[in-house]
Amino acid sequence: MSRQVTAKDITPAQTVGPFFGYALPFAGGGDIAPVGDPRTVTLHGHVLDGEGRPVPDALLEFWQASPEGSRAGAPGSMRRDPVTGAALGRHGVDFTGFGRVAVDADGHYTLRTLPPPADAPYLGIVVFARGLLHHLHTRAYLPGHEDDSLLRGLPADRRATLLAVRERDSVHRFDIRLQGDPGKETVFLEFR
Amino acid sequence: MSELIEQGVIDAEMAAIRPDGDVHPSRSYAPYRSTLLRHPTQPLVVVEDPEAVELTGPVFGHTDVTALDSDLTRLHSGEPLGERITVTGRVLDRDGRPVRGQLVEIWQANASGRYAHQRDQHAAPLDPNFTGAGRCLTDDQGGYTFTTIKPGAYPWRNHLNAWRPAHIHFSLFGTAFTQRLITQMYFPGDPLFAHDPIYQSITDPAARERLIAAYVHDLSQHEWSLGYRFDIVLDGPGATWTEQQEDEAR
Ligand SMILES: [Fe+3]
Repeated sequence: MSRQVTAKDITPAQTVGPFFGYALPFAGGGDIAPVGDPRTVTLHGHVLDGEGRPVPDALLEFWQASPEGSRAGAPGSMRRDPVTGAALGRHGVDFTGFGRVAVDADGHYTLRTLPPPADAPYLGIVVFARGLLHHLHTRAYLPGHEDDSLLRGLPADRRATLLAVRERDSVHRFDIRLQGDPGKETVFLEFR
Repeated sequence: MSELIEQGVIDAEMAAIRPDGDVHPSRSYAPYRSTLLRHPTQPLVVVEDPEAVELTGPVFGHTDVTALDSDLTRLHSGEPLGERITVTGRVLDRDGRPVRGQLVEIWQANASGRYAHQRDQHAAPLDPNFTGAGRCLTDDQGGYTFTTIKPGAYPWRNHLNAWRPAHIHFSLFGTAFTQRLITQMYFPGDPLFAHDPIYQSITDPAARERLIAAYVHDLSQHEWSLGYRFDIVLDGPGATWTEQQEDEAR
């Protein structure tokens, strides 16, 4: 049975700190696309601070609908070997919908996934970092799917911060700027 | 290397910041210096779309954890140094529903206050029998349990003589991506609370204290471990399900 909880019970957030790297990232965390799927797209970019410098200690998580529209996901993103306990990662067949990538020393991340469906044409992203006391939500919209209720409600310069930019076939760039002028700072989201 | 600020200056800055009524820390909290260039300055955009993908979330299963992953004292051939503890609790969503079968991850410093992380160069010993990372899935009541050792306090370079109170990092998933949470669990009576800008960034005293686990003597085990309880309530909306739908889905 449900117990009534209130805002008085909610557990506050704290920063992920600098030392999550040996605990949270897992092998193949950025490879959401099943192995060899011809629809695979690459999303990559930098996480940048208020002076435009790369943030080397950020962790990004991604959640999206499958190309067919399923939002059910699937277990097995961080599969473990029951014999050795070693991290095996995905078995490469299922689409789990979930990705987790620690940026490298240049603040750069790479994600390989399948394109989301036209009625939910975005990747949900959560940003964690040292110096970020409470994580941030944002979204990346892939080229060709730039019309939805959130985007329509944003001024053009703000909207552009959520649009991945095509670099070449199936490779798109999406930078996340934690702080900056309205046209530079990434739009971050709040769900109530 | 720039000159480090005195603890007294940080203490005065923290004392001057009044509670803002929010449970969560403000992302702009100057006493924690790394926030200065890493917090947004534009208002967050509210999403009220009942079809938002973020109202659902990733799922994990028994292939994602092994049975030993929740006992951080048994992941190496020998026993780690330190005070063995058991940490247990429940994960609920903000409507009080247990979060079932979801992933809980923890990571922490060893008993000496050192992380098994190359960038942690604190001059305290590494423990070859302790890595300090664990995970488990919540049970049908939303419950989780970890066996580990009590972490030590450690220094950091926010200011001169800055020390973090002993803490365990917690990462939690709810039933929706909107409920994602990373936080830190602290231990009762830590003298470092008053001086720590990360802990003090939660300006509501009652909210702050919810991050302190309770020592529960009944959870301690004879000649084995000390027991702590840490319950977690996730914020953020989920897909709006009626009770009936919920029953049918089970
Ligand atoms: Fe820490």
